[in-house]
Amino acid sequence: MTHLGPPRELDCRGMPCPRPIIELAKAIEEVEPGSTIAVVADDPAARVDVQAWCRMRGQRYAGLQTAADGVPVYLVTRIS
Amino acid sequence: MLDNARSVVAECLGVGRDEVTFTPSGTHAVHLGLLGLLAGRARQGDLLLASAVEHSAVLHGGVWHTHRGGRFETVPVDRHGRVSPASFGEATAEHGEPAVVAVQSANPEVGALQPVADVAGSLESPVFMDACASTGRLPLPYGWAAAAASAHKWGGPAGVGVLLVRRSARWRNPFPGDERVDERACGFENVPGALAAAAALRASLEEQDGTLQLAAAHTTMTSLLAETVRSIPDTEVFLAPDDRLPHVLAFSCLYVHGEALVNALDELGFAVASGSACTASSLEPSHVLAAMGALTHGNVRVSVGRDTLAVDVRRLADVLPGVVARLRESSGVPR
Repeated sequence: MTHLGPPRELDCRGMPCPRPIIELAKAIEEVEPGSTIAVVADDPAARVDVQAWCRMRGQRYAGLQTAADGVPVYLVTRIS
Repeated sequence: MLDNARSVVAECLGVGRDEVTFTPSGTHAVHLGLLGLLAGRARQGDLLLASAVEHSAVLHGGVWHTHRGGRFETVPVDRHGRVSPASFGEATAEHGEPAVVAVQSANPEVGALQPVADVAGSLESPVFMDACASTGRLPLPYGWAAAAASAHKWGGPAGVGVLLVRRSARWRNPFPGDERVDERACGFENVPGALAAAAALRASLEEQDGTLQLAAAHTTMTSLLAETVRSIPDTEVFLAPDDRLPHVLAFSCLYVHGEALVNALDELGFAVASGSACTASSLEPSHVLAAMGALTHGNVRVSVGRDTLAVDVRRLADVLPGVVARLRESSGVPR
């Protein structure tokens, strides 16, 4: 795995909690360890729950960005 | 009659009679106590430091203070929702010496007791203590200059709060008030309410042995339930180690909709609360869970009461794993 490409985007705009976290759990299964998923979510609970999910499921929270429309983008890297 | 009620409450709480005032609610007692200490310290400074997990009455009081030109900062808590003298020290280093500090006796959402006396001992500033969650169940901690409690929390009537102000505290009425002698009261006190509140508090004190037994029974119940929740995969139990309220247990279940969980338990005869965003009118998750960095969805808070039987808790523990599994299945969660 020398090149992993750009993060895979997971568009969760408009989804109420806990839907973005359920979608994240599904999506992480579909990428290789070391890959990063960009969770785009306007649900206010995602601000706390993406990090809590990473802690509980042993994945890595890799930071916060902002999409062009101002929606938060949470980066999650698959560890295992 | 009012003096009698005041004497009883003072005796039960171990404070002076002249330190007790009845207010129209616990919330109002919080606002009078907090803002009154700030008013008394106006010459020394305008910075209010409060733990990030204070009740919304305290946080709204802080925002009100900023609208009047004051400064208000919150102090972070640990994973259990507990604040420490060290974090107040760091906040002081960052923001300066506080005029007033606010620390609750116990957190009503997750049950963690706060180290009020330790925080008070580590700072020069007077401490306002929101004691609504613990008064009548546990003795008052030491170190506060003003404190607030709410009678319905100890089995008294709703619509009666108690404001406590130490004789040594510099307190000034933050509200317009009137020309009556006791500027801490808001108009005429609710005398029948105050009497009922005092009687309920005395009853709980006279059952002191019973109260201790009740606390022990509640600890057993909430511990049993905690064990059950921990056996369910992908859950977080918020049970502060050592000092906690005996009767509260909060937990969160990954991938579960908070409101759906509350409704499913309601259908089975269990009334529980939730800090999840979907159950709040604001659609914001609980500020307490957020400050703890805890999972906020699928959240439930169970409170056991005087009338809760061990068999009820056992039944809840029996049905809970199945309810969580069913809700997860219906939302298509990966295994």
